[in-house]
Amino acid sequence: MSNSYLVGDAVDVRIAYPPGHLRAPFFIRGKSGTIDQVVGDYHNPEELAYGRKGTEKLMLYRVRFNQTDVWNNYTGPSKDSLIVDIYENWLEPNEGALK
Amino acid sequence: MSDTPSHDHDHDHSHGPHPYQPDSEDTPYEHHQVMAEAVGELLIEKGVITADEMRAMIELIDSKSPAEGARIIAHAWTDPNFKMRVLENVNDAAAELDIDAGTIPIRAVENTDDVHNVIVCTLCSCYPRQMIGLPPDWYKSRSYRSRVVYEPRAVLKEFGTNISVKTEVRVHDSTADLRYLVIPKRPDDSEDMSEDELAALVTRDSMIGVTSL
Repeated sequence: MSNSYLVGDAVDVRIAYPPGHLRAPFFIRGKSGTIDQVVGDYHNPEELAYGRKGTEKLMLYRVRFNQTDVWNNYTGPSKDSLIVDIYENWLEPNEGALK
Repeated sequence: MSDTPSHDHDHDHSHGPHPYQPDSEDTPYEHHQVMAEAVGELLIEKGVITADEMRAMIELIDSKSPAEGARIIAHAWTDPNFKMRVLENVNDAAAELDIDAGTIPIRAVENTDDVHNVIVCTLCSCYPRQMIGLPPDWYKSRSYRSRVVYEPRAVLKEFGTNISVKTEVRVHDSTADLRYLVIPKRPDDSEDMSEDELAALVTRDSMIGVTSL
C-alpha cells in the first residue's frame, strides 16, 4: 500500500474517542505536527487486538510535534519536541498549515 | 525473663519484631496473573505452542541484558561506518556482533550536542527487551509514562541529568511497531579506552535516555 503523506507534510491527529484497543494516545489527539518519517505498513493493531487477522495494512508514520503545541503550559525551550508513532487512520491533512 | 525497659517517651513505635515480607504464596492471586497463566496453559493445550517453546522464550528473554546493547554502542562509537548501519537498522547491525535483537524492528536515535533523546511508551511499556533485557519497574510506572512527555526536563533532572536549554530534548513515544535505543554521547576523555572499557561505561539508563554518560 502507498502512503498518503510525505515527510514534512503538516498533519492533525484526529479527535475521536471510539471504544476499544487504540494506539493513538489521548494526549496527542487533536494536535498538529509534521511527518518526520514514513516507517512502512503494518497490520492494523486495533484489529489484531481482537483476534481479527488485521489483513488491512496501515501505513505507520513518525510524527513530530513541538512540545509548546502539545501542552499549553510547557516550560522548556520552544525547540523541545515529541515524536509519536501514529498509524495513518489517525491522521488527517492539516489544510490550514503553512508549508 | 526481662521486663521491657522502663522509659518515659511516648509509645508511638512498637518494640515488637518488624513485620515480615509476606511469602509470595500468601499474597493475593491477582486476576491478571490468573488470566496470564490460563492463556499460557490454553496455548499449550491447543497445540499453538509447546511448553518447551514457552520455556525457551522465557529463557531467551531472561538471558538478555543491557550488556548487549552496551557492546553495540561501544562498537558504534569506535567505528563510524558501523554507527551508520546501527542508525539504519539496529537488528541487522546487532547480528554483525552475533547479538540476536529479535524480529521487532529497533531504531537507534543518537544523542549529540544539539539533541538529547529519551524513550517512553505512554500506552504500555514497549522496550527493546529482545536486545537489552527487561525494562526497569519505573519505566513501566504511570508516573514516568505520563510525566516524561510533558515535563521531560524535570524528569531528567530527577535522574541527575541536566540538559542545556541550547539542546533540544526530543521525547520518543514508542506506541506502535518499533522499539527505540538511544546511542548516548561518548564521554569526553574516553579516546584512549578500548572497546571493552567503553562498553563498561554504557548503562541501561543511558540507552533509555534518562541519563548521560
